[in-house]
Amino acid sequence: MRAFLGLIRQDLRLGIRQGGDIGLVLGFFVLAVILFPFGIGPEPELLRRVAAGIVWVAALLAAVLSLDRLFATDYADGGLDLIALSAMPLELAVLAKAAAHWLTTGLPLVIVSPLLAILVDLDPAALPSLVVGLLLGTPAMSLVGAIAAALSLGARRPGVLTTLVVLPLYLPPLIFGTGAVEASLAAEGARAHLLLLAALSVAAVPLAPLAAAAALRQALD
Amino acid sequence: MPPFPETIELIGENLACRRGERLVFAGIDCRIGTGDALVLIGPNGSGKSSLLRLLATLLAPAAGRLLWGGTPVEDDPAGYRATIHYVGHLDGVKPALSPREMLGFWAAWRGVSHPAVDAALTAFGIEPIADCPCRWLSAGQRRRLALARLIAAPAPVWLLDEPGAALDDDGEARLVAAIASHRAAGGRVAVATHQPLALPGATTLALDRFAAPPDAIAI
Repeated sequence: MRAFLGLIRQDLRLGIRQGGDIGLVLGFFVLAVILFPFGIGPEPELLRRVAAGIVWVAALLAAVLSLDRLFATDYADGGLDLIALSAMPLELAVLAKAAAHWLTTGLPLVIVSPLLAILVDLDPAALPSLVVGLLLGTPAMSLVGAIAAALSLGARRPGVLTTLVVLPLYLPPLIFGTGAVEASLAAEGARAHLLLLAALSVAAVPLAPLAAAAALRQALD
Repeated sequence: MPPFPETIELIGENLACRRGERLVFAGIDCRIGTGDALVLIGPNGSGKSSLLRLLATLLAPAAGRLLWGGTPVEDDPAGYRATIHYVGHLDGVKPALSPREMLGFWAAWRGVSHPAVDAALTAFGIEPIADCPCRWLSAGQRRRLALARLIAAPAPVWLLDEPGAALDDDGEARLVAAIASHRAAGGRVAVATHQPLALPGATTLALDRFAAPPDAIAI
């Protein structure tokens, strides 16, 4: 447990000291959302219709942007060898790194999302289901992203490969996340969608570390 | 440093290593008992680093097996990994953290509750820079920090890959002293090195004797 928390603390410390990382992700999120009104026109009707989709897609892309720092620096500086050489299973190391990634990426995105939703004129009644949906869906994004980041270690351009691998895997959270907002706009209740999002994250907690650790072992060989 | 009194041997039997299609070496037997030092020598590419990574379980052997205390390492890989320290070419040092934070983290990662961080900093003479960010450190200072891990979190087996690289005379003397007191406490050490280190009573393993013929195919 001490080792697990120690790894989370180190990654948080690195994320905060190199504050640019968190700022970069948030900056990308804000700018990507702001681009849409310029691209599709400022009519409030149109924006309101696509607001949830814009916020969710921008959050996904912002999360993808930060995935390469999950393992790439540890792989390059030899830290991954030392992480692998521990009585702790590599799966738990992946879980700790994904948790730290969520705390420095997913959580800030969730916190900023209400402001951006207002910017694109989302109906305030649907705001809770957007924020709760992101809160439940972003852990799955960090965990599944860990698989892609581990798989692309050693590739010539790991960032691009990670993006290609991970974007199709982000479809389920995107579908249920925007579905939750649509449902609450139609006054149908977003509960089912939110439960499915939670299920994705809960399933990813044991499964994603298994897959990512297998990929890391391959990269270390 | 706590002594390691158990007379457990690390034994490699008939080890072979394959990198891609090439068989790097084959048929290596080695035995590192309590207080022993094994020095790996050989030209570049003869497999010194590969053998150390193999002993560290970071590489799987193409043939042969590793025994720790008579039991194959693959039966209890986590237990075995907790007994070894590996210092490779790359030092795993994060530019944004300080040496004290790095040592604290590595000790915590190995599950040590009261890490000897100050003793480790002193042993390698880096206490004056203990709280500076590591991006200010020179190559030699980073190497000292990597070696200080050995002291901060004790482990009975040290696997050192060119530990003297980038070290000055003082650093090398501190390294030799650390290895000597580790062995005196019953620790075991395997070192790959080009520069002669003062390791009395060490066994030397010349890897070029085990080089596989160029067309050899791993078993």
